[in-house]
Amino acid sequence: MSADDGRIILQTEALTKHYGGVHALDDANFILRDGEHVAIVGDNGAGKSTFVRQITGVEQPTSGKIFFDGEEVSFKNPIEARDHGIETVFQNLALADDLDVPSNLFLGREETYFNLGPFSILNERSMGQKALSALKTTGVKIPDLKNKIRNMSGGQRQCVAISRAATFASKLIIMDEPTAALGVQETAQVENIIRGLKERGIPLILVSHNLRQVLDLVDRIWVWRRGKIVGAVDRDKTDGNEIVSLITGVKSGVDEEAAFV
Amino acid sequence: MAQVATTGTTASLPDKSRPQWPAEFNVFIGLILIALVFEALGWIFQGHSFLLNFQRLSIMVLQVSIVGIIAVGVTQVIITGGIDLSSGSLVGATAMIAMSLAQVSTYERAVFPALTDLPVIVPVGVGLLCGLAAGFVNGALIAYTKIPPFIATLGMMVTARGFAKWYTKGQPVSFPTDDFAAIGAGMNPVLIFIAVAVLFSLILRFTVYGRRTYAIGSNEQAARVSGINVEHHLMLVYGIAGGLAALAGIVLAARGLTAQAGAGVMYELDAIAMAVIGGTSLSGGRGSIIGTTLGMLIFGVIISGFTFLRLDAYYQEMIKGAIIVIAVVQDVYRQRMRGRI
Repeated sequence: MSADDGRIILQTEALTKHYGGVHALDDANFILRDGEHVAIVGDNGAGKSTFVRQITGVEQPTSGKIFFDGEEVSFKNPIEARDHGIETVFQNLALADDLDVPSNLFLGREETYFNLGPFSILNERSMGQKALSALKTTGVKIPDLKNKIRNMSGGQRQCVAISRAATFASKLIIMDEPTAALGVQETAQVENIIRGLKERGIPLILVSHNLRQVLDLVDRIWVWRRGKIVGAVDRDKTDGNEIVSLITGVKSGVDEEAAFV
Repeated sequence: MAQVATTGTTASLPDKSRPQWPAEFNVFIGLILIALVFEALGWIFQGHSFLLNFQRLSIMVLQVSIVGIIAVGVTQVIITGGIDLSSGSLVGATAMIAMSLAQVSTYERAVFPALTDLPVIVPVGVGLLCGLAAGFVNGALIAYTKIPPFIATLGMMVTARGFAKWYTKGQPVSFPTDDFAAIGAGMNPVLIFIAVAVLFSLILRFTVYGRRTYAIGSNEQAARVSGINVEHHLMLVYGIAGGLAALAGIVLAARGLTAQAGAGVMYELDAIAMAVIGGTSLSGGRGSIIGTTLGMLIFGVIISGFTFLRLDAYYQEMIKGAIIVIAVVQDVYRQRMRGRI
């Protein structure tokens, strides 16, 4: 599946980001193909989140190129990335706690009866029905959609956030540590949702610290260390030991970095 | 293990649905209780009923409805997580502006002798536009310079009051046309309040504007990454608050048949208090016009109750202050409970 076939969805060429003198991201060449699920792993400060921030338009790279769906892009903000069909699931900041599930799913793209600018009347019936079917498609069970997000468990919140991304992402979903704050059962539920996305053929970039999860879920694993991509391995041809070696730098045989292990 | 976790979730569901109980209902109970206390005290000390007096009730509502108009705007501002301290001063400034354009030609010392006997739409329109513009300035300062709403609107509060005094060098403006005076006549202020309250209650509940107002107060960053133009929205919310303060200024001037630079002093705090007593959370995301209306009525009952019992106005203010603190403490406590869930 993850062999070198299929249309390229996302590609970066020599993507670089410097914060002053800090080279947070250095010469990253990354490829994601249609339908492929990949993971980005690496130690803290390896450049994973920096990479995600560049391709979602949260920040602009110092140099390098990003190609998305066949054309070169440079997103000025996350909304522009979203308009191109990239949805991102952030760990904490994506939901409005005082609103219910449909309002959160449709936040920023509300459905209305007729256009009166900001004073357009919300079509709650349509949003409610679509929310229901969106949750069904992603396999999320929430007893009462009218319940406020505030009154839901961490797992339910994350499921709502992921359903939102899955509903609107036409081309790519990026998840940044989606299960970091969740319990065992809730993590399993989120992982099932991710498997569902795989079946539907939606490409995914998963940022995770959880190697068990990564080996379970994705086709290909990209390993980062000190701002550089140090390896891209197929799930079927690797194991946890090899990935840990790549993450810590043992495998590439750089002696001076062995001190960090 | 799985079993335990499942039953755990189901068991906690009824608990979690308890905060769904509308916050307005508690305020309503509070209103009834306070009214009943005055009713009882009335029979004990005055020998007659406090509530069964239509005239007293209508005066009570009339007294608070002008500040109530402001509170409708302030509620929306607080729902976004902000605050508006400028509304009292905007009442003064817009009352002066509107009244100066509403004077009759028979009055020889009119502010603008060439602009007398104008149709009523002119002073009302200009007054509302000035309030709207001042509100936009508030919103733009908060949205684009990122200074705290407290500071931005404090600046507007001082500036607008200064403007009101400078406008006629401290002279009151009087002698409006009959049409203008009619705005504040009889129970019209109450009717205007009801119209405004119903309109914005519906807008907050059923429009994109309302949903986004709550979203910004709930989680501004989430609103931003969801594609909401937070800056534009905040300008609109503060603009509406300014416009409603101007409407209150116009009604106040029309009712008193005169506008003074000192009009509306402390109204901003009364309006904030009405919203907070009505269950609007100072940390944003929660609140409603119905709650604010109930908060307004609590204010009205206290003021008219103290007058009824012939008690000093000093006690009134002390009790008012205590009620505001109780309302905020309750809000903070409620949030702490939710944080624990």
